[in-house]
Amino acid sequence: MTAVQLTPQDTVERGLALAADEGADGCVVLVAETSSTNLRWANNTLTTNGAMRGSNVTVIATVGSGEGTAAGVIGRSSVTEDSLREIVSAAIATARAAGPAEDARPLVDGTASPDWDLEPEETSVSVYEKFAPSLGESLKQASAENRRLFGFADHEVVTLYVGSSTGLRLRQALPRGYVSSTGKVGAHSAWVGTATRDFTDVDPLALDTELTRRLGWAGRTVSVDAGRHPTILPPAAVADLVTYLYWVLDGRDAFEGQTVFSKPGGGTRIGDTLSPQPVNLHSDPALAGLEAFAFAVARSSGGSSSVFDNGLTLAATDWIRGGKLEHLMTSRYTADLIDVPTATPGIDNYVLSVDGASGSTDDLVAGLDHGLLVTCLWYIRVVEPQTLLLTGLTRDGVYLVENGEVTGAVNNFRFNESPVDLLARFTAAGATVPSFSREWGDYFSRTATPPLLIPDYNMSSVSQAN
Amino acid sequence: MPDIDAAFLALPRHELAAAALQRARDLGATFAEFRLERIRSESISLRDSVLESAKDDEDLGLAVRVIHDGTWGFAAGVALTADEAVLLAEQAVHMAQVSRPINAETIELADEPVYDDVSWISSYEIDPFSVPRAEKVALLTDYSDRLLKADGVAHVSVHVATVHECKFYENSAGTSYTQQRVRIGPSITAHGVAEDRFDSMSSTAPPAGRGWEYMTGTGWNWDDELAQIPGWLAEKLAAPSVEAGTYDLVIDPSNLWLTIHESIGHATELDRALGYEANYAGTSFATLDQLGTLKYGSPVMHVTGDRTAEHGLSTVGYDDEGVAAQQWDLVKGGILVGYQVDRRMAKKNEDVLGAPRSNGCAYADSSGHIPIQRMANVSLQPAADGPSTEELISRVQNGIYIVGDRSWSIDMQRYNFQFTGQRFYKITNGKLDGQLRDVAYQATTTDFWGSMEAVGGPQTYVLGGALNCGKAQPAQSGAVSHGCPSALFRGVRILNTTQEAGR
Repeated sequence: MTAVQLTPQDTVERGLALAADEGADGCVVLVAETSSTNLRWANNTLTTNGAMRGSNVTVIATVGSGEGTAAGVIGRSSVTEDSLREIVSAAIATARAAGPAEDARPLVDGTASPDWDLEPEETSVSVYEKFAPSLGESLKQASAENRRLFGFADHEVVTLYVGSSTGLRLRQALPRGYVSSTGKVGAHSAWVGTATRDFTDVDPLALDTELTRRLGWAGRTVSVDAGRHPTILPPAAVADLVTYLYWVLDGRDAFEGQTVFSKPGGGTRIGDTLSPQPVNLHSDPALAGLEAFAFAVARSSGGSSSVFDNGLTLAATDWIRGGKLEHLMTSRYTADLIDVPTATPGIDNYVLSVDGASGSTDDLVAGLDHGLLVTCLWYIRVVEPQTLLLTGLTRDGVYLVENGEVTGAVNNFRFNESPVDLLARFTAAGATVPSFSREWGDYFSRTATPPLLIPDYNMSSVSQAN
Repeated sequence: MPDIDAAFLALPRHELAAAALQRARDLGATFAEFRLERIRSESISLRDSVLESAKDDEDLGLAVRVIHDGTWGFAAGVALTADEAVLLAEQAVHMAQVSRPINAETIELADEPVYDDVSWISSYEIDPFSVPRAEKVALLTDYSDRLLKADGVAHVSVHVATVHECKFYENSAGTSYTQQRVRIGPSITAHGVAEDRFDSMSSTAPPAGRGWEYMTGTGWNWDDELAQIPGWLAEKLAAPSVEAGTYDLVIDPSNLWLTIHESIGHATELDRALGYEANYAGTSFATLDQLGTLKYGSPVMHVTGDRTAEHGLSTVGYDDEGVAAQQWDLVKGGILVGYQVDRRMAKKNEDVLGAPRSNGCAYADSSGHIPIQRMANVSLQPAADGPSTEELISRVQNGIYIVGDRSWSIDMQRYNFQFTGQRFYKITNGKLDGQLRDVAYQATTTDFWGSMEAVGGPQTYVLGGALNCGKAQPAQSGAVSHGCPSALFRGVRILNTTQEAGR
């Protein structure tokens, strides 16, 4: 009960000093301080809520030099002055017991962030001071109108501190929030979601207005058979599919012949044209409104990441440019392995854009004679990695488009489609806007995507779900 | 039988709980509960016999949940001090107060007997964290080498996740317990490359509520399976593509567990049926008004919920609301007869459920999360004198025998699903007739279970499962087992996945 809690900066400095004292050749200490708060509701009433604080310390000790370097990784929450010594010792012992790491590289050099000495930033339930009363109002309004609302609001702030024996002292605080809301009237449902940094730009009543508009489209219901249909995917649905594509941009997996980005016979498809359309997939930690961590953070090594790369500056990266595959995600080790000049670690955001595209989802609807508008997708999983064939379902909002207007609600479908193929097959696109994936937005919310018109989206079967 | 970890017992469990619960009472909470949890996890990954990553984590924290003015409030933190425990109680009450205006239902809990300072340990032999890392890596390297040396294997990936979970719980009614669980999840995959395509073949060893002994042969025959994987992979790479159509299926437990998880396990969660997950994981077609009447499947279908099964991933002594573990029926004779519930849902729906007691399905995946209704081990029971897998296959003229899991997806009411697998054997005139590839089966839940003609005997029963079932907002990860025998299904739709991709 008398354990001494350390500040993040003290944890880093003492950890590095302990590692040096105990004979480590190198060390990286990562401290992640998190706070979060959430509200959840269903059937027009609150169901759960929470306010959580977390602290996690990861010590990466290295022993040896050059290609003979080994690493030991130990992570702990609730670290105190006493337990830090145990963690550092354990990391060094683990490194000494391990063989040389395949991905070993010199630890990243660097300087101190100007805000290194600042305390962690926090969120609290007060972030909902304006949101919660408006939410309460929208729940009451929904009850009065025989609509049911279900949803979730979440806000978190993560403050990362990264220090290394090579002098690196990086700090960054990153807020993230989102609201996801589903409305139901009888057997019909609709969904809206949006990401935010601070909830000052989220209006529950406006979200409810959009839900009500979509639910209104269900005044007429139409049964549509499975098959290949002209289909408009709004930005949220495009994000559902493209996020999966983003996650398989792993350079090593592609090099070893395991993904859609593998070249038959060996090697990667870097340089191949994936789409005849001027499609771009771009990441940049400094993107306004989609800011992400500006340096690599890796608590374990994998195909596209390495614990030796912690602190590596993340640069703006074109994954796809003009329809051509430009880069795959790599650590420094993987970059050497697949023979590309620069490491390109993953970044926690992306922008999908089509050169020259403009207009909104409504504009695409206005230009479609007959087809479907699918507002969100769900339960998306890889069926065949070779083609990145995904299966999944529509939910909470499939509509019929006739003569440029939404004319009714349609049953749900199971689809089987590949986002790589979709980027090669779409026939119209709108302007890129901030989006929020229904399925992945909880984890990956920093996305911007355009609406797309797919001329022959493969609806494999009808789903009875509503 | 191992003991509860002494280092966890040395933590000031009772003192922290007393501070938190007293503060909650002082602030007017009508119910309060305290959890102290320590979750150790280790992840070891090898790529082509080389150690790629090994990480040892520990998550230790405390949580307070209260009912104040009929409203839930929850707070969690990491400092193991009485001051922090008091602060969390205050924050939880504050959360309840802030939330009160948007709460339209008074929270009430079903009664549960008081268990005074009891303890429980899951069934395992060797704590994975007691085994030296080098020893573990050496074993996994050996397993990798066996596959890499085989013809046709281009790459091998190995991953083993282990978890050691200690939990202390105390509530304002007087229940307190300490329990310890261990689980392990191995994944071993061989990758092969043919002239124009690639494929992989994974071990079908399920994650289990066992210790490190699982990796050395207790509960799984690694020698046998590793010897066969290269041949299975080579045969699949050379196999003909399936012709899409309707087939009779014999489904191995290594595949069927996942279909049970998605189409029965989640569908019989009462919180889903009541709409609590409507914005996220979805609802259920098995609504409460159909309890006792819904024809879920064929008369041979008997499904149980069970938090007591030995080596089950969802097996506990007590749940996260202080409810003792139980076993009960979910589907009997093909009819929906039960749900998975927690204390709030049991109380709120006692008139319909007819049982004013929770069946112990509350779980939080860490101290940082609120307990929600989570899945028990949901299992399809075998027929007492039922047939072998070979006998089931012998009843099929034109069909497919499916082994191992791979891709899975189901809609938000648990109707429409699509699954693939590791291996697909054509069945011709009652006998296996070589592997097929590009197979996916697609069906509606009640049609599929209604087409189940026979279940195998106890000799075919295997406890499968998953370590990472996702649910709730904020998202939580749960581990759950599903036992089942082999089973025979008539007339199921088979897709050709290459054709589905438009090729």
